[in-house]
Amino acid sequence: MNALFLICGLGVFSLVAEIVNFKRGLIMVMMAGLLTAGILVIIDFGTSTLHFSDMLMFDNFSLAFSGLIIGVSIFWLWMSYDYFQLQPHVTDRAALILFTIAGAVIMASFNNMAMLFLGIEILSISLYVLAGSRKESLNSTEAAFKYFLMGSFATGFLLMGIALVYGATGSFDITKIAAFVATHDTALPAFFYAGVLLMLVGLAFKISAVPFHFWAPDVYEGSPTVITAFMSTVVKIAAIAAFYRIFALCFSSVQATWITALQVITVLTLIVANLTAVYQSGIKRMLAYSSVGHVGYILLGFIATDTGSTGAVFYYLNAYAIASLTAFTVVHELERDTPNIAIQRFNGLFKKSPFMAVAMTLALLSLAGIPPLPGFFGKYMVFALAIEHGHTGLVIVAIATSLIGVYYYFRVIIAMFFSDSAGENTPLTWSVKLLIATLTIISILLTVFADRVLNLVA
Amino acid sequence: MTVFLIFFPLLAAMLIFIARPANAKVWAFAASLIEVAASIVVTTAFVRNEEVQFIINIPWIESLGLNFSVGIDGISLLMVLLTTILVPLIILSSFKHAYNRASTFYGLILTMQMALIGVFTSLDGLLFYLFWEAALIPIYFICLIWGGEDRGRITLKFFIYTLAGSLFMLVGLVYLYYHTPGAHTFDIQALYEAGRSLPAAEQSLIFWAMFVAFAIKMPVFPFHTWQPDTYTVAPAQGTMLLSGIMLKMGIYGVIRWLIPVVPSGVEQWGFTAIVISVAGIVYASCIALVQKDFKRLIAYSSIAHVGLISAGTFTRSTLGVQGAMIQMLSHGVVVIGLFYIIEIIFERTQTRRLSNLGGIRNVAPALTTVFVIVMLGSVALPLTSGFVGEFLLINSLFQYQAIVGAVAGLTIILGAVYMLRTFQKSMSGEVNALTGVFTDLGTHEKLVLYPIVIIVLLLGIYPGPLLEISEPAVANLLKIYSTYSASLK
Repeated sequence: MNALFLICGLGVFSLVAEIVNFKRGLIMVMMAGLLTAGILVIIDFGTSTLHFSDMLMFDNFSLAFSGLIIGVSIFWLWMSYDYFQLQPHVTDRAALILFTIAGAVIMASFNNMAMLFLGIEILSISLYVLAGSRKESLNSTEAAFKYFLMGSFATGFLLMGIALVYGATGSFDITKIAAFVATHDTALPAFFYAGVLLMLVGLAFKISAVPFHFWAPDVYEGSPTVITAFMSTVVKIAAIAAFYRIFALCFSSVQATWITALQVITVLTLIVANLTAVYQSGIKRMLAYSSVGHVGYILLGFIATDTGSTGAVFYYLNAYAIASLTAFTVVHELERDTPNIAIQRFNGLFKKSPFMAVAMTLALLSLAGIPPLPGFFGKYMVFALAIEHGHTGLVIVAIATSLIGVYYYFRVIIAMFFSDSAGENTPLTWSVKLLIATLTIISILLTVFADRVLNLVA
Repeated sequence: MTVFLIFFPLLAAMLIFIARPANAKVWAFAASLIEVAASIVVTTAFVRNEEVQFIINIPWIESLGLNFSVGIDGISLLMVLLTTILVPLIILSSFKHAYNRASTFYGLILTMQMALIGVFTSLDGLLFYLFWEAALIPIYFICLIWGGEDRGRITLKFFIYTLAGSLFMLVGLVYLYYHTPGAHTFDIQALYEAGRSLPAAEQSLIFWAMFVAFAIKMPVFPFHTWQPDTYTVAPAQGTMLLSGIMLKMGIYGVIRWLIPVVPSGVEQWGFTAIVISVAGIVYASCIALVQKDFKRLIAYSSIAHVGLISAGTFTRSTLGVQGAMIQMLSHGVVVIGLFYIIEIIFERTQTRRLSNLGGIRNVAPALTTVFVIVMLGSVALPLTSGFVGEFLLINSLFQYQAIVGAVAGLTIILGAVYMLRTFQKSMSGEVNALTGVFTDLGTHEKLVLYPIVIIVLLLGIYPGPLLEISEPAVANLLKIYSTYSASLK
């Protein structure tokens, strides 16, 4: 809870910093503040408290996800240091990022439909602005506009769903709704189920599951790369956490109504996203589709056992976020002033910068799910859960799409290790080197101490 | 000790990756020699019985039932020895060749060694799978970075092909895992029990899931299509790793992770496996007969040899499995020798086309002598290493079924035909413009090839001690199989 206060405070501080013209060390202060917030989360760990008339609940689930969100945000700030330094309005953008993180933490810890809505809106409205933050670029503006339209549309579905569920159960409080649903499971009106499905659609938009993913590639491609990295890591974690909380905690007992729809969404997500990724020539668009594909694997674990898969999903998100951040850091370093680089830009990278090439390779291998990298364990846990609960057919689809994944990730790897090089050499600052090294080490630690991570939320 | 054997190469690899020493090859060679010493220490401390020794068991991911559980029995010991002895030879064979980014190259070879020894010592199903895949990554990069023409496409095919195969194996292992008694675990003994408890129909499904993975790795016909291209495109040391050690992972998998795990599945499909292995022998030998490229020829001959080993293993007799053990060692040594000779010839003449060669005998007597001995090992002449293994294997096949044995026996005849033809085309005859300036073996080359010659002869003359190492363990694994079969009757 204190972490949330601190993050909001940092956001306000960042706004005030504009007035007193405190810009140089602002990002450092933000990172220090987030680090403190992370420590506060760790201190709170193991407790379960309700706040604001039961509107927010900080249990191990929300603390673990908040911790992950904050941790990833720190690395993200580190990675995008130059994004803040090289462009004007540093304080505004820093404040927006902080508010996004605050929204993300709320999405991981709401206990009330109203807070879910508030969390999503706090996060989304800041992101709409950030997506358009490369103001001179037409693509960036288009991305922001598209994201705004699609996002509002999705929020409409979500709100309608919340309203219907409220109408049927008479409460916004998800524990009360869950209790009501469990006791009245035969006497619920039809519009309750409509509400659940509308909420499913609204949240599927937010986690960008097929067929509600159309905004994602365009927005990912148009936004500044660091914002894309933010959207595909921090925002994705928060959206999955919210999805998880509402469907595993609240609608678990009416699983029969939404599980088929979710299965269809999962299969579509796995197949469409992975197949489309094969045909992308831009690295950002490829990563965008791959990130949509990863949602499919996470949903697979969720389908297998909605309440029992928390550990697996949390581990998966850890592995995915770390690998994605590494990949985006390398992309960000490579593109500099030329946005939307093609995969050919990676040609011969191994010769020019073996360090970057090796880190990128490890990240892509992890995303592709090649053992013994953490991405493999994430996939493995999800698949094992699905097999255990009798979804062998889904697992076969998922294995096939993983192999497709290997194909498109390896296109980048092959490009890096081929000798004909493209583009000029890009020397790395020590800070970026340290960041990449840290992320790679964390990735290895995730493999070695997988059990600890799993047990955080179990 | 086992942990040292597994992780010392990795440690050395990491140091070489990070420090990037100027003479990486020397450091890598030194590291591989230390590994040889360690494996000799293990061999002397090893007690010759069926027990698994030097066991280390550390919990890793308890919620997945994954333990870091490794140990060495007679079968593992022979495979570990094969690995530790061949890797220094492979490293030494590269001394004349100045590879770009040498530190990465040698680091990858040592990483590969780590994974291979891990595969041969794992006592936990998931750990076995992890090492199995971990072996794929370094060899993939060795072929991708230092390979020949069109390597991007060929190596990707190789990678996806073998990855797809091993995913089937993973599914099989997970299926077994959920049938282990009590708290689920990947422990090998628990998996044996789980496999035996399954009905015959399910066992045959698991048989296929795992057999496909092993068959692709070996490779046996018709799962071999990745192999000739990959062997040809890989750098010499990559080909040696692939053919000398890596293909043995498949046979080893059959011996330890297939026959005892799903005895009924093996009983139902063992004959099919033997038939396709034997068909592969004839098929690959015939293709080898018409190859024009020296390296491709040896690649196909490798399919033929491994087909025989696989067929012998699937007879599920002590004779066949022991033959497989000794033939794996022999084939590893012989094939490395052959690929190195090809590399030597290629380095001097820039060609691997047999029709461009000829007359090397006149200018390079030492090379010719070595080639003759290694070649005779390959065609299984008595008193060479190939003879012991092929004799046991064909004998076991005859006892299994005479016709199968007779067809498998063709391997010796066909092998002799294509190897002697190769010898004739490359070594005899008159020198031409390319081979006229051929220089004989240098010091480094002798240092690699002479030990190989010695091993080929030693294994052929006195294979007893090695056979004794693996015999109790082989008998033990087969006992699991035979008691199961007996219990059904």
